[in-house]
Amino acid sequence: MKDIYILGIESSCDETAAAVVKNGREVLSNVILSQIDTHTIYGGVVPEIASRKHIESIVQVVREALDRAKMQSSELDAVAVTYGPGLVGPLLVGVSYAKAYAYGCGKPLIGVHHIEGHIAANYIEHRELEPPFMCLIVSGGHTHLVNVKDYGEFEILGRTMDDAAGEAYDKVARAIGLGYPGGPKIDAVAGEGDPGAILFPRAHIEGDEYDFSFSGLKSSVLNYLNSCEMRGEKVNTADVAASFQEAVVDVLVENSMKAVDRFKADRFAIAGGVASNSALRSAMEKACGERGVGFYKPSPLLCTDNGAMIACAAYFDHMKGDFAELTLNAIPNLRLGDRS
Amino acid sequence: MNILAIDASGLAASAAVLSDEVIKAEFCVCNKLTHSETLMPMIDQVINASGMSLKEIEAFAVTAGPGSFTGLRIGVATAKGLSEAMEKPLIGVPTVESIAQNMAGFDGIVVPLMDARRGETYTGIYVFKGDELEVLREQCAVPLEEIINDVNDRGQRVVFLGDGVRVFRERIDKICTVPYYYAPADHRLQRAAGVAILAQKYYLEGRFTDAADLVPVYLRKSQAERERDNIRAHADA
Repeated sequence: MKDIYILGIESSCDETAAAVVKNGREVLSNVILSQIDTHTIYGGVVPEIASRKHIESIVQVVREALDRAKMQSSELDAVAVTYGPGLVGPLLVGVSYAKAYAYGCGKPLIGVHHIEGHIAANYIEHRELEPPFMCLIVSGGHTHLVNVKDYGEFEILGRTMDDAAGEAYDKVARAIGLGYPGGPKIDAVAGEGDPGAILFPRAHIEGDEYDFSFSGLKSSVLNYLNSCEMRGEKVNTADVAASFQEAVVDVLVENSMKAVDRFKADRFAIAGGVASNSALRSAMEKACGERGVGFYKPSPLLCTDNGAMIACAAYFDHMKGDFAELTLNAIPNLRLGDRS
Repeated sequence: MNILAIDASGLAASAAVLSDEVIKAEFCVCNKLTHSETLMPMIDQVINASGMSLKEIEAFAVTAGPGSFTGLRIGVATAKGLSEAMEKPLIGVPTVESIAQNMAGFDGIVVPLMDARRGETYTGIYVFKGDELEVLREQCAVPLEEIINDVNDRGQRVVFLGDGVRVFRERIDKICTVPYYYAPADHRLQRAAGVAILAQKYYLEGRFTDAADLVPVYLRKSQAERERDNIRAHADA
C-alpha cells in the first residue's frame, strides 16, 4: 500500500505547531513553538496576543516541519488543521493558512477536532492500540471522559460542568502564588507536600456519574487560604498543592474507573496537557493495573498541543475520504463527534 | 505581470486578479458570512473567472492593516499560505493607502476614514500627482478631531471615504472648514482591485517580502497590553 504523508497544523491556543506524520503513526517531524513565556506575564493565555504570535510564526513553523521531515510540499498527501474547539482568533490563523496552503499545493484539506487529536496522540507511541478503548482527555480547556468506539467515532460519557481540570490548576496555582501555568508548577511543588494534610471535597454530580466539577474544589481551596490568613496561620504551599492535586486525581480516577468497569473496557488511555501530570499518570497506572486493564499514555511532549496528533487523527479521515471544503471555518465550541 | 490581491480587513471581503493593466476578474462580497468562509472559495472563483491558473500568478498581495484584527489575520494568513505554496513573493499593502487609491486622479487631498472604534479612526492623508499616489501623512490611529484639524490646516479641498464616513459624517459636517466631499458607495471601501494596482507599483519598487516575513500592521496594541501599560504607567507615576 502507498505510504500516506500528512502535514498537521495546530493553533487552537498558545502553541503554533506543525508536523509531518507517515501513515498516521510515524512522526517524521513535530515542531512546537510555545508562547508560554509571553502569556505568563498576563497570568494566562490572552487570545489577541496569541493570535498575533501565531500569524508571525505560522509560515516558519510549517517550513521547519517540512524541512525536518525532509519533505517537499508536493510529496504530501493532505494538509490537516485543527478547526475547533479552541480560541477563535488563534484557530482562524491555522485554518486560514492551511486552507490557502492546501489549495496552493493542490492537496486535500482535512479539518480535525482538537480533542480527537489529543486522543490520537496515543496511537503514535502505542502502535498496537486500536479502538475500542476508554479515554480521559484532560487539559486547560477540556475534561472529557470518552468511549472511543472506532476511529473518529466517540461517545462522550462525562465532561466538566464548570472549570476544566487544567483551569482549576491554573486558578489554584495563582492563589498560592505559584503562577502560570498551574499544572506543572503544582505538580512540582506537590511532590514535597502531604496529600492527606487538608481534606478538600471531591465533587460528585448527582445523576451524572461520569461528569466532573472542579469549581467547588477551587472555592474550597480559596476558602482554606482565606481562613488561614484570618487566623494568621502560615500556609504550607506544598501541602495545599499536594492535597488539591490529590482531590483532582481522585475524582478523575474514580469516574474513569467507573466507566472502565461499567463498559468492561480492557484498555484505558489518557490524553491532553494534564495527562503529563505525574500524580495522575501513576494513579491511573495503579488503578488500571489492579483491574488488569491496559493503560496507555502519550509521552509528555505529545500530551501538549502539537501538530503530530492532528496529522495522526487526520490519517483516519483520509482513509475514509473525509475531506473538508474551502469554506471550512474555525468553530470555537465544536463538539466531539460533530462534523461540519 | 499577474497579481492576485485579497482584502479581508473590513466588512467586505474581496479578491481580484490584475494582469498588467487589466483587472481580469474581481469579486467583492459583503454579506453575513464570515471572511473565513467566503475568502477561499472567492479566490478560487476569481482565479477561474480570470481564465488564468494559480501557477501564472507572479505575486500575491493583501491589505496588511490596519483593520479588524481578526479580518486582517484571515487575509494575511491566506495570502501567506498561497505565497508559500506557490513560492511567489508577497506584497503587504497598507489598508488606508488602498482606500485612497479608489480616488486616483482626484484634484485635492484624499482622506480615508476607517472606523477604529473607541473614538478613533484609522486614517492618513494622500494626494495624487497624476495617477501616482503620494503620502502626505502616513496611516495612523487618531481621534477624528485630530485628523480634521490637520485637514483644515492644509486649506485644500478634500474627499472623505472609508467605512468611517457613515460613523463620523455628522461630526465632520460640524468641524470641517475646507470644501469637502464624500466619495460615493462604489468608491468608498477598500477593495482588492485597488490593492492590486498599488501592489504592482510596490513590486516594481522592490517592496515585497517572503511569506514568512509579512506581519499585520494593527496600529494598536491588544487590550491586555494597553491595560498592562496603564498599570505600569500609574505605578511609575
